[in-house]
Amino acid sequence: MSRNGPIALAYHTLFVIFMLAPIVVVCWVAFTPEGFLSFPTTNWSLRWFYAIARYPEFVSAFWQSLGLGALSSALAVGFSVPAALAIARHRFKGREAFTALFMSPLMIPYIVLGIAFLRFFTEIGLSGSFTGLVLAHIVVVMPFALRLTLASAAGLDRSIEHAAVSLGASEWTVLKRVTLPLVVPGLASGWALAFINSFDEVTMTVFIAGPGTATLPVRMFLYIQDNIDPLVTSVSACVIATTVGGLIALDRAYGLERLLVGRGHDGR
Amino acid sequence: MKATPYLLVLPALVLFAAIVIVPLVMTVALSFHDWGQYKGIEPVFILKNWREVLEDSYYWEVFGRTFRIAALVTVLSAVFGAPEAYILNRMKSPWRGLFLLVILGPLLISVVARTLGWALLFGGNSGLVNKGLMAAGLISAPIPFMFTETGMVVALTHVLMPYMVLSVWAALQRLDPQIENAAVALGAGPLTTLRRIVLPQAMPGILSGAIIVFSLAASAFATPAIIGGRRLKVASTLAYDEFLNTLNWPLGATVAVILLVVLATAVIVANRLVERRYAQVFG
Amino acid sequence: MAFLTLDRLTKHFGSHAAVDGLTLSVEKGEFVSLLGPSGCGKTTTLQMIAGFVEPSGGAIRIEGRDLLAVKPAKRGLGIVFQSYALFPHMSVAENVAFGLEMQGVAKAERARRVAETLELVGLGAFAARFPRQLSGGQQQRVALARALVIKPQILLLDEPLSNLDAKLREEMQIELRQIQRTVGTTTILVTHDQGEAMALSDRIVVMNKGRAEQVAAPHEAYERPATPFVANFLGKTNHVDGKAIRPERIEFAAAGLAGVVRTRIFQGNHWLYQVETASGLLTVIRQNVGGAMPEEGASVHLAWGTP
Repeated sequence: MSRNGPIALAYHTLFVIFMLAPIVVVCWVAFTPEGFLSFPTTNWSLRWFYAIARYPEFVSAFWQSLGLGALSSALAVGFSVPAALAIARHRFKGREAFTALFMSPLMIPYIVLGIAFLRFFTEIGLSGSFTGLVLAHIVVVMPFALRLTLASAAGLDRSIEHAAVSLGASEWTVLKRVTLPLVVPGLASGWALAFINSFDEVTMTVFIAGPGTATLPVRMFLYIQDNIDPLVTSVSACVIATTVGGLIALDRAYGLERLLVGRGHDGR
Repeated sequence: MKATPYLLVLPALVLFAAIVIVPLVMTVALSFHDWGQYKGIEPVFILKNWREVLEDSYYWEVFGRTFRIAALVTVLSAVFGAPEAYILNRMKSPWRGLFLLVILGPLLISVVARTLGWALLFGGNSGLVNKGLMAAGLISAPIPFMFTETGMVVALTHVLMPYMVLSVWAALQRLDPQIENAAVALGAGPLTTLRRIVLPQAMPGILSGAIIVFSLAASAFATPAIIGGRRLKVASTLAYDEFLNTLNWPLGATVAVILLVVLATAVIVANRLVERRYAQVFG
Repeated sequence: MAFLTLDRLTKHFGSHAAVDGLTLSVEKGEFVSLLGPSGCGKTTTLQMIAGFVEPSGGAIRIEGRDLLAVKPAKRGLGIVFQSYALFPHMSVAENVAFGLEMQGVAKAERARRVAETLELVGLGAFAARFPRQLSGGQQQRVALARALVIKPQILLLDEPLSNLDAKLREEMQIELRQIQRTVGTTTILVTHDQGEAMALSDRIVVMNKGRAEQVAAPHEAYERPATPFVANFLGKTNHVDGKAIRPERIEFAAAGLAGVVRTRIFQGNHWLYQVETASGLLTVIRQNVGGAMPEEGASVHLAWGTP
């Protein structure tokens, strides 16, 4: 019915260029054949991608990030499920306060969390350890996991479970055959969103990662602090490609808008 | 029966008490401890760090820069993000989804990679941005972006823009699709419709987006660290330096606690004001 | 000359003709309903009159003047939307005043007319409320007041009562009719509810697949449907030997078409029968006057006069 005019479309084009420019530039420079930062004009080369293999710290950091993200997201979903069930299905004293507490890592600056974790882990001897990283990441990605598990638990029509019970299903059968299949997509998306956030987190992690446990973004950050060369652009290009792939998969599976806005608008 | 919900939240509660509340309390306590180059941290209660931060003009300058940058980033993202959200909302089905992905997707791409992109674009006086602006005749001499507040503001606006678009988009989604037609039928022109009908309804979204963007901009770390370099400090990079370079943890903790308190107060007050203003109208 | 004329009005969406050569004349002060199932083109027609959809062909004229040459914002039509489309950030009075403000009506005059119109729709006491503090029926009245206050040449109503519950809808129908009579504004109503169309209109336009199947007064369209589509759409119909017979015209008689009662449903003021006959299953509606009626399984004879 209403259409965007030419001015609006011109504005939109500039806006999209602004949003994409730095990402495109990183990927572009990564293909340079030169030994210094330059935009490939005629010659393209994969030399800086091959070069990654010669820097074991980037490769090991990648696996470190992957393992940390997968594990802490799974545990965050694990902690979220019972909490989401309580919050979505029960009215009890302190319900709002609990929700606020579990969502609080979104409100506290990550720099403050990083400092707090560093102080705490140093006291209890977990500084720089993988265990410490996992504990910190569970807490930091918990709001993302909880939001989607909550949405999924709240969206569950209880009369569907009642229908199963009325048809003779036992409590266990209801859980296995009705409730779980209905909430699994929400849990999977919660895990995925938590994973992406854990995988990208740098501000908090830079405080508590040790030399042997540094994640990929932390390695990249520390590397850039010293100097910017084509190697770090090719590493970044790989990270961007991985994230974009994951994003598209997530968009197909769940709908990015629903994921980020936090509720579906398909009702209209 | 009554204990069920409490049992269900118990695991997460224990985790958060141990891993969030205790460390935060310890950090606040740390800001009152003493520190010396050779003696390290002494667990005593003194106001030395607080006095130092509040009395030394250097810290005022850093906090001033932090909130100045955050305010600029907030204004820029609102001014440029809100119209884009409106344009997105008017797009037709396949385009809308595609561009929503393009604009919101960067939110999930590593902030280090995105900032690296800006560092490459700025790249001294001969960077792409300056070349482009000069070719377009918008500027006559190159603007220094690297290691300046200008560069930080541009990069942070890019990093945080998706939050603003998302927030305004969510508000526009609640708009009755016929509401603009209703205004037009009553004789309102396109600009009047935008100003009198659409903008007031997008305002709660713009304000809540502004709150998010401001608090994230004021506490941002990786982007100011990379664009600002070692000299141009904001609160978070200052705290980082105290912790990992100078090793004066109590002073770093003081800076962090001040940042936390100021931001928390600002966010709570702003949320209250927005809620009170719009409770009657939108509920 | 007719007040509003639609002349071979056509709208194509791609290869699909949503409105297909619709021609219609509406007299000044008349209440005309566009009635039909969803997808029949009635809403598209309304949106073309309003100016939100551009016709692919044909003309719309008011008193002979070409309406299509006038921008939507300058047409001066009052529209009540299905969703009401009230401005949620403005009070009731501000909502109603908006159109007058756009016309540049002076403040004092504006206040007077807003108060007058709110009085007309029975919302005089609600001027300071915000839309979300009102019930559905009250919001509906605000939408009506907002459309009427600008003294529109034509009032366009797009399914205005469809969001109300059955009882309220009936009350609003009566009120809408009274208000329309009072102000005398030429009105076009779009609806899929044949009861609503018949209750409110001077004439109804039964639409199907973008075309007008019949344009007639409600009673006439009901009694003498021009096509089988109209007959079916305007109420239950039996088809016997190619003739349409309304269920309430069939009586139980001593002699006539023989049949057996299959089902009988009591509906308060009437009984609904399904009778198996040699001419097929016929629907019969009889007033409930308290007497005994044939039961399920009973053998009956059906008779009807020729209309």
